Amino acid sequence: MIDKIVPSAAAAVADIPDGATVMIGGFGTAGMPSELIDALIAHGARELTIVNNNAGNGDTGLAALLKARRVRKIVCSFPRQTDSHVFDTLYRAGEIELELVPQGNLAERIRAAGAGIGAFFSPTGFGTLLAEGKETRVIDGRNYVLEHPIRADFALIKALRGDRWGNLVYRKTARNFGPIMASAARCTIAQVREIVNLGDLDPEAVVTPGIFVRRVVEVPAAVKLVSQPGAAA
Amino acid sequence: MAARVARDIPNGAYVNLGIGLPTMVANHLPKDREIILHTENGLLGMGPAPEAGAEDADLINAGKQPVTALPGASFFHHADSFGMMRGGHLDCCVLGAFQVSVKGDLANWHTGAKDAIPAVGGAMDLAIGAKSVFVMMEHQTKKGESKIVEQCTYPVTGLGCVNRVYTDLAVIDVTPRGLEVVEMVDGLTLAELEKLSGVPLKMAAVRAAA
Repeated sequence: MIDKIVPSAAAAVADIPDGATVMIGGFGTAGMPSELIDALIAHGARELTIVNNNAGNGDTGLAALLKARRVRKIVCSFPRQTDSHVFDTLYRAGEIELELVPQGNLAERIRAAGAGIGAFFSPTGFGTLLAEGKETRVIDGRNYVLEHPIRADFALIKALRGDRWGNLVYRKTARNFGPIMASAARCTIAQVREIVNLGDLDPEAVVTPGIFVRRVVEVPAAVKLVSQPGAAA
Repeated sequence: MAARVARDIPNGAYVNLGIGLPTMVANHLPKDREIILHTENGLLGMGPAPEAGAEDADLINAGKQPVTALPGASFFHHADSFGMMRGGHLDCCVLGAFQVSVKGDLANWHTGAKDAIPAVGGAMDLAIGAKSVFVMMEHQTKKGESKIVEQCTYPVTGLGCVNRVYTDLAVIDVTPRGLEVVEMVDGLTLAELEKLSGVPLKMAAVRAAA
C-alpha cells in the first residue's frame, strides 16, 4: 500500500541535511507552509539555499528561518517589502547571498526543472542587469535570454486537501508556486489542512497529481476560513 | 490620470494593473464594459477589495492586499500565470515608471542606488508580455526633471516595450516615428510640453478615439 502520510511536520523534515536546496511555496504569506518551516527551524539544518518568491515577512515563517541564520543563499524575485526587515538586515550586513530572478523566469525555471527541460530562451529580462553574462539569441526577430532550470532537494508546500497518494488541491491564490515546486524537487513535502480518503478528491479537480509528492502531513487551519460570496472554496 | 487610462481599456480586455498608481485604474473602469483583471499571483476575474471582516488571507493581489474573486474567476499556478503574460495573452497592462525613453525603454524596478535592496517581481515579465503596455506616471520628478528621457539613466526593466504614456500633462504614444502627443491638458502648447519633457515631441496625425 502506498501511504505518503507522515505523522508530524517534524517527521516530515527530519532528513533535510545541511547545505540542502529547499523550495518553499507561497506568495507573501498566502500558501506559505509555516508549520513545515517551524519544523525545519527546530530540526536545525544549516547553510540552506532557499527558493521562494519573497524573502520573508515579519518575524514568522520564512523570516524566522532567516533570523535563525540557517540560510546561506536565497533565490527570489521580490525580497524588499515593507515587513522584510529580517532579510534587509542580513543582506545589508553581507550575511546572506541573493540571486534575484524576474518572477516569471523564476516560475518557468522551476517548471522547467520539473518538466525535464535542459534550458530555455525567455524574452523576460533581455537587456537588463538581471540578464548580464547570460547567453542570448535572436529568434524570429525577437531577443531572448537563456535561462536554466532551478532544481531542489526538497520542496515545502501548502495545500488545502491531500490524500495518501499525495494528490493535492489548493485554495484560491495560495496555490501560486505549489504545483511547480512540487514537480521540481527530489522530495516534496506538502502540509495540508485536511487529509481525505483516497477517491474523495475529484480526479477532474486534482491540481497536483500525487506522483510529484513524497510526503503529506496534516496541519489543521489555526483560524476559521472566511468564505467569499461568489468564489469557490 | 487613472480615469483617463480607464477610458482606453476596451470591452472584453484582459488587463493587468501594476502595483501602486495603476491599481487606481480599477476604480474608474466604465461600468458598461466587461473587463477581466489578471493578478500575477494567480487569479483572473479579480474583484474589488472585500468588505471589512470578509478578508481572506488566501485571496490576495500582487500587492498582497485582500481582494475578491468575481463569478467566472479562475485560479492558476505561477507558471501558468506568467505564461499568460509572457505568451502575449494579456491585452493590456498598466505600469508605473521612474523613466520612459523615446524608444519606449522602461525603467521601473530599481533606482540603482548602492544601498537599495533590489526587487523586481513581475515587472520585467509584464513589460515585455502584454499586447499593449501603458505607463502611468507623473510627467516630472519632484525635482522637476522630465521622466520622459532620451535614454534611461535608471536600470531598465525592458527595451522598446512601452506603447503609450499617461502623465498628469499629456497622453503620448511611442511610435517608430518618435513620441507623438495624443492629448494635452487644456492651456498647454506643444512647445511648452516639449520644453518640460526635454525630448522631441510632435502631435499625433490622428487623435486616438477615446
